[in-house]
Amino acid sequence: MIKRAISSIALALGLAVATIPALANEGGEGLAPAGTNVADRASLQRGAKLFFNYCVGCHSLKYVRYSRLASDLGLSEEEVMTNFNFTGAKFGEPVISHMPADDAKAWFGKDPPDLSLEARAKGVDFIYNYLNSFYLDPSRPVGWNNTVFPNASMPNVLWELQGLQTAVHGEAAPGQEAAVEKLEITTPGRMTPEQFRGATRDLATFLEYTAEPAALERQSIGVWVILFLAGLTFLLYLLKHEYWKDVHDSH
Amino acid sequence: MANVFSNIAGWVNERAPGLAPMYRKHMTEYYAPKNFNIWYYFGSLALLVLVNQIVTGIFLTMNYKTSALEAFNSVEYIMRDVEWGWLIRYMHSTGASLFFVVVFLHMFRGIMYGSFKRPRELVWILGMLIFLVLMAEAFMGYVLPWGNMSFWGAKVIISLFGTIPFIGDALVQWIMGDFLPADATLNRFFALHVIALPLVLLLLVVLHLAALHEVGSNNPDGVDVKHGPKGNRWDAEKPADAIPFHPYYTVKDLFGTGFFLTIAAFIIFFAPTFGGWFLEHDNFTPANNLVTPSHIKPSWYFTPFYAILRMIPSFFGTAIWGVIGMFGAILLLALLPWIDKGEVRSVRYRGLGFRIALAVLVVSFLALGLVGAGVTAELIPAWFPHADVTTWENAFGRLMVLGYFGFFVFLWVYTRFGFEKTKPVPERVTMHD
Repeated sequence: MIKRAISSIALALGLAVATIPALANEGGEGLAPAGTNVADRASLQRGAKLFFNYCVGCHSLKYVRYSRLASDLGLSEEEVMTNFNFTGAKFGEPVISHMPADDAKAWFGKDPPDLSLEARAKGVDFIYNYLNSFYLDPSRPVGWNNTVFPNASMPNVLWELQGLQTAVHGEAAPGQEAAVEKLEITTPGRMTPEQFRGATRDLATFLEYTAEPAALERQSIGVWVILFLAGLTFLLYLLKHEYWKDVHDSH
Repeated sequence: MANVFSNIAGWVNERAPGLAPMYRKHMTEYYAPKNFNIWYYFGSLALLVLVNQIVTGIFLTMNYKTSALEAFNSVEYIMRDVEWGWLIRYMHSTGASLFFVVVFLHMFRGIMYGSFKRPRELVWILGMLIFLVLMAEAFMGYVLPWGNMSFWGAKVIISLFGTIPFIGDALVQWIMGDFLPADATLNRFFALHVIALPLVLLLLVVLHLAALHEVGSNNPDGVDVKHGPKGNRWDAEKPADAIPFHPYYTVKDLFGTGFFLTIAAFIIFFAPTFGGWFLEHDNFTPANNLVTPSHIKPSWYFTPFYAILRMIPSFFGTAIWGVIGMFGAILLLALLPWIDKGEVRSVRYRGLGFRIALAVLVVSFLALGLVGAGVTAELIPAWFPHADVTTWENAFGRLMVLGYFGFFVFLWVYTRFGFEKTKPVPERVTMHD
């Protein structure tokens, strides 16, 4: 009996350990960890504020309703409708950007993507690193380039906060373009680099939430479900032990 | 109260006298060897997951929209606006992956303890048919959310049929109902996933259990309890080393169920995408026939077979050899009862050669899974920065293909020509706790 208990525990541990590399694999390679915490409501609110000040002009969140934002972020209907809603949409309607699609194509060469699921499609680490990696590049149509997503069509809309970043190029191999070695802030913005990293972390947190609003509920319920199941499993073990007494005694 | 129940039981029994004997045959008087170990939980767990898939699947269909235009949005609607929709969907998606975990372990148990051998060949064949239908079921289910990996996965898998000489291209169009995976494909896959294949699956599961209960369960010692001494506490004619399935194995399986559900709940509530293995990042982007994902790969449970397909090169101007290899890998498993001629069932009393070969099979299968999932393509440049990735991946992958098929060749030679030195099998089953 003890041996079986040990082997069950070993199996459980084995399965748990097996999940570690799988979970560690979540982000992309070479990206700094975003360090988001979707349960941090203050961070979510700051992220939402940034999103509605800087992003929603071009990007929609077509799967996110204003009403859901209010209840999940702990804001009142009035707060959401006055601060976040610039399009006259109803409280129960989703967040759709005002930018006409045809103009977007003309201005940026493509439609700015809907960002509802961006954090699940690309990962929060990608979003965080991407927002920190814009640099001035006069050769690009909008004057900006990005080391995480080279030749992105998007300009750095957060430049007022971050300041102007320029690339320091390494030595070019013959016949090739010089690679970007590092990025430097040449004109400071309204935020210190530390503050700006915090702000982009908040934005990544907000997009992590919009990609899966159920994440908030899921983790808080999950603790109780697992405690219940663990207790039930223990009782079932005792039941099994009781029934099997005579099988073990009889041999 | 007790009187009411016995009245109802009597009323039913009078009208359906066959029910009670059937219950006794499969539950209270189904005598199973008393020495089942941890490997014997996976059969009942597979049944549990099947029920989970059917029940959660029914609720998903209530809000899912079968249309290339609406499918992706409807899945997000389930995740956000349907009450508890996220939980139902995660139970279904996690259940699909755990179904394969459980089934792989269940099959491995059968190989390890020789459960496929005479007289249980039919049980094994029916099990292999279940595995085949399950793979088709999982593949079609994966297409339904109509994410970008759904689309490209469907395109790649269906195009395998295009390698068949002469009729290939026409066959691919016939399967898809279009020149690309499209609305017609989605609709027929929905029909097959939701009604046709589940019906076949249920029928096969009933037959699998019926065939098993006809011959009786094997056990970790591979001893025939039916041929051992007779007489136990419940019946003088039944095997001495067997116990009634109910209540002994029902309570034991309940404990296994609790343990399994705890692990499943951990995944569902804390890691539903399982780091991109159970729900892939690229599938959170809607299907787009103009944007190819950077790495097209099937779900993790298909990766060993997918690797066999990729590792076998095309020659004589056709790529069909990889497809033959992939299906051959499954067919060989089904033929095990005739490939393995050994008399001793359980690995406990088999020769050293069998143990080594079994280990090689497991290692090759897992390694092929890594190759198919693209893990080796990432690890090789990380570990050996100057190595040529394709050359090394092909060399490693082909070695593992050799390992997988080598198991079957070795096993036949080893048992057919009497090279195996087995240990004496005990008369009675052994208990280890």
